[in-house]
Amino acid sequence: MWRDALLVAGKDLRIEARSRVGLWQVLPFAFLVLILLAFAIGPDDAPLRHAAPGIFWIAVLFSTVLAIQRSVAIESGEGTRDGLRLSGIDPAGIFLGKAASIGLQLAVLQIVLWAGVTFLFDVRVHVVWLAITASVLATVGLSCAGVLYGALSAGLSVRDTLLPLLVLPVLAPVLLAGTKAWQAALAGNASAGTEWLRLLIPFSLIYLVVGIVLYGPLQESA
Amino acid sequence: MSATLAPQSSSTESVRTSTPRWLSVIGILGVIAMAFTVWLGLWITPPDVTQGNLARLLYIHPPIATVALYWAGGVAALASLLYLWPRTRSFFWDRLAASAVEVGAVFSALTLVTGSLWGRPAWGTWWTWDARLTSTALLLLLEIGYMALRRVPAEPAIRARRCAVAALLVAIDVPIVHFSVNWWNTLHQGGTFLDPGFKLHAHGSMLWTFLLGFIAFTLIFVWLLGMRYRIEVLQDHVGDQELEVTLAERWHEGDELAPVGAGPVGVDSDDGGAA
Repeated sequence: MWRDALLVAGKDLRIEARSRVGLWQVLPFAFLVLILLAFAIGPDDAPLRHAAPGIFWIAVLFSTVLAIQRSVAIESGEGTRDGLRLSGIDPAGIFLGKAASIGLQLAVLQIVLWAGVTFLFDVRVHVVWLAITASVLATVGLSCAGVLYGALSAGLSVRDTLLPLLVLPVLAPVLLAGTKAWQAALAGNASAGTEWLRLLIPFSLIYLVVGIVLYGPLQESA
Repeated sequence: MSATLAPQSSSTESVRTSTPRWLSVIGILGVIAMAFTVWLGLWITPPDVTQGNLARLLYIHPPIATVALYWAGGVAALASLLYLWPRTRSFFWDRLAASAVEVGAVFSALTLVTGSLWGRPAWGTWWTWDARLTSTALLLLLEIGYMALRRVPAEPAIRARRCAVAALLVAIDVPIVHFSVNWWNTLHQGGTFLDPGFKLHAHGSMLWTFLLGFIAFTLIFVWLLGMRYRIEVLQDHVGDQELEVTLAERWHEGDELAPVGAGPVGVDSDDGGAA
């Protein structure tokens, strides 16, 4: 399973590295979300600083949807899904590989995006370990749930419009917990932030386990 | 029950078009219980000490919310699980889950509407970011997502499996959403106003009306669920009949083109794409 996961993750990441869709489309889109939300909130410093973690996580969430769509699109070529299915690779391995690929891309995106937030909104993280832990946990949850919903919508003619409707309400707890943990990390209030890690841990674990179990049946129905 | 409702979508099977009697009985009982709830709730029970006439909305709001969250959600999750389980796989569970989600969506929307109607005079606002309101709104969106997925045309077995997985994912997510939103709000302000426990301290006619409300809405839920299930069966039946008619038409086209007994084989193989 782990070897298969590495193979699939390597394949997806190689495709991303060569096509540069993430670099030229997803990343600029995330920055666009930052700027648009800043327009919506107004030019005053105080509300913007207060909203910065939320804006950051909204940008991450929307980018996750794009990353999932991209991950599904890779497999949407003629017979590609069948090829993957017939290759004898463990479905759990495919799930883990795809999740790892999306997770890695989201991690890079978050690092760059955080630099952007620091620069644009003039905020500083005081509890670094809290922010990093929250981000890692959220990334696991986002990518696992994302791959599952990607598989659910794969092969549908209305895939691109249906996916956000299906996946965004499911990811809402990550937005809440991520925002709260980052707010605490900015304010230097570690204990308030660790409360929210207690939500991110089960979320990530549940979708990791459910994905490993359900990806096989889902793949057959795509 | 399943015998009269004919769970399998075999085209030769006859499908009953009239409502089964047990379902009609439940429907009638539900309407009677509802009428009594309205009568007791509006005329017989006294106004509440603190909330006045506003408390009368609480005879229907908690029952509706219970149906939306526990009855509909429970049936949908259980039926989806039973569909995915190979030993119990049957279209009966698929249709039941789909019906439960749809009826559940109606009740979720009603929960929001009645809650909002109560909130306006009680809290002075139609909407507040109360944990329960927010999680119910998210539940409704999740249900709408499921219904949107179900509307996507696909082979019945594929659609059923896809929807069953989607329903299970929603079922897993609902408690997480509930906890997260609860946490989100309670970290900001004190306890929520909508504590369902406090109404059980009510006495006499108020308590009876409250309990009757639960029975009435549960009966109405079962009735709607049964009716929705029947529509699902009939829809599949109509789909099968249309397929048969189309097939028959194509066979006749073959008769016109080729002499009797020679043609249909080639025409038949084309029908896979047309169907």
